[in-house]
Amino acid sequence: MKYTSLTISDPDQLIYGTAPHPITTKHGMVIGGGMIYPELNFTLPNIKIEKSSMPEIRRHYQQIVSESLQRAAELESPGVVLEFETLPPMTEFPEFGMDIVKILLDGIEEAHGKYGLKASLRCTPNDNREFIRPPIMRSGRYWEAMLELFEKSAQAGAEFLSIESVGGKELHDDALVNGDLREVIFSLCVMGVRDMKFLWDHIVPIANKHGVYAAGDTACGFGNTAMVLAERQMIPKSFATVVRAITAVRSLVAYECGAVGPGKDCGYENPILKAITGFPMSMEGKTAACAHLSPMGNLAAATADLWSNESVQNIKLLGGMAPTCYMEQLIYDCRLFNQASSDGPEAALQMRNWLVKSDASLDPQALIISPESSVAIAQAIVSADDHYSAGIASAREAIRIMRDSSEKGSLKMDTRESAWLDRMEDELDDLPDTEEEFIEEMMEDVDTDKFVPEDYELPVLLTV
Amino acid sequence: MSNIEDLRTAVISGKRKDAKVLTTALLEQGIAPERLLEDALIPAMTVVGDKFKRNEVFVPEMLVSARAMKESMKLIEPKLIEAGIKPKYKAIIGTVEGDLHDIGKNLVATMWKGAGFDVIDLGVNVTPSAFVDAIETHEPDIVGLSALLTTTMPAMRETVAAVKATGKNFKIVIGGAPVTQTYADEVGADGYSPDAASAVDLAKSVLAA
Repeated sequence: MKYTSLTISDPDQLIYGTAPHPITTKHGMVIGGGMIYPELNFTLPNIKIEKSSMPEIRRHYQQIVSESLQRAAELESPGVVLEFETLPPMTEFPEFGMDIVKILLDGIEEAHGKYGLKASLRCTPNDNREFIRPPIMRSGRYWEAMLELFEKSAQAGAEFLSIESVGGKELHDDALVNGDLREVIFSLCVMGVRDMKFLWDHIVPIANKHGVYAAGDTACGFGNTAMVLAERQMIPKSFATVVRAITAVRSLVAYECGAVGPGKDCGYENPILKAITGFPMSMEGKTAACAHLSPMGNLAAATADLWSNESVQNIKLLGGMAPTCYMEQLIYDCRLFNQASSDGPEAALQMRNWLVKSDASLDPQALIISPESSVAIAQAIVSADDHYSAGIASAREAIRIMRDSSEKGSLKMDTRESAWLDRMEDELDDLPDTEEEFIEEMMEDVDTDKFVPEDYELPVLLTV
Repeated sequence: MSNIEDLRTAVISGKRKDAKVLTTALLEQGIAPERLLEDALIPAMTVVGDKFKRNEVFVPEMLVSARAMKESMKLIEPKLIEAGIKPKYKAIIGTVEGDLHDIGKNLVATMWKGAGFDVIDLGVNVTPSAFVDAIETHEPDIVGLSALLTTTMPAMRETVAAVKATGKNFKIVIGGAPVTQTYADEVGADGYSPDAASAVDLAKSVLAA
């Protein structure tokens, strides 16, 4: 474990707009330097991505960048980040992805020239490695194409490189629907950690070579899948809360490998990572309801340095095209937060506390990323000897926080939910002391046809 | 003496070992395998499915029951085949080409199995031609398509067109986050389910129509 102590240990210092290690963009935005900025995300409407549809697809992205940045300039936003999260064919065929990267970068430069708007591009190639089953994680055409897109987009001027990587997901989906905490820890803290290390040991040198920022990863396919399943009453919220705490261990690896933020928006574990690393983080909340529902719409903003909408289709709404409408919403939110900050630290803290208190007592998934909880979980992680122990420690801390808050009456939790606290605690008590023993046990239990053990540096069991 | 009610209770409670022991005992007592299916397993999973619909149990608890049913089915299925008894409905399910999301699809498959359907799961990223091949081979009563991305919805349209072109007699139902009843109507599907919990009722209603 690279981090053995916290960068932010006082929960009152874990606040939106300010990070101990801010980063400065080419156009002069200082992310984490005292101000929160909007980060706009967008996607295509119902359209198939192929060579013949690329002219129409280009028109969509041209419209998105020109109209949304025009609105940002009209509203005098002090800056803005655009995130281009590719769709699978755009990573599979990097020339498709690069077409769009160039359109967005041209639009950013045009807006800078025309309005003096400070804007930056985050490029997030989607992780296509799982297109083959079992996924080939460390070689092959999906891996090569993904690296090519990282390289070329960084070279072209995308200032932030991110990904929602999928290492460990081969087992995690089943672990979620089966409520299997052992398998969650194996997926995230054994498989996920190993893949993150391999992946970010490739992404960080690309970013460094081109003078851009290796911005960070998220456990979206893990923690947010759990959150959406919990939101639909499919799995307990208390279980999804523990999963969220454990995802921080996996996402931390990007920063251990040299990523510097801003962490990507859909990592609801980011407040925990901000406490550990001190790097700025993007977050999404109520303004991401266009993409998915969540129980922490206000609270998610409490510690954010970029405020995002996750993803919205380029479709027409009454106010204009959806990305432009969401740009406006994000800007107004940021204006309010920045106004509180400019009224002084006490006003900013009051604003942050309102954001926290309005959500924290209603859902454990919100409570767990409050500044106090984030610092407590972060402390549990950095106190652990290795990622496996950190996973267990973060899970235990999440359970403790839920139990204490429920007993104090500061968290609403029904008996069906609280029964899972005992069940999860029992599962944690049964885990072996060392990662080595854990791997040995799990490799006998899990379906090893679903993944390639060698790609995770795991022993291949010989069957007789 | 074991009775069918005990087996039903064991499946509802998710007691795999009990389900296995009771099934063995009931078969040895000469109870017909189709009775065990019709009077114990399917009603048990209906109870569990209804509890899930009413938010009284979570998916992990429902899957514990599904595994208990599976344990029982391992013993019953060979007897049913031996007796020439086929499941009432055969279903094919898959996530369309370009899409890798399978949690919803897997849950629908589990619920259909719980209702006694014979389910052939084609997995994820399934091309229209793979659906067509499976239909030619298995001759299903119903085909389920899933998509989670707006950009893979066109693949759903293509798949519906391709499978309909086989001219075989089956129903098509679709689902997934961006999918709506309007889209189902547009692409010519026979039904749309907003969630896994409603998938059994939907399948039964389109098959009865």
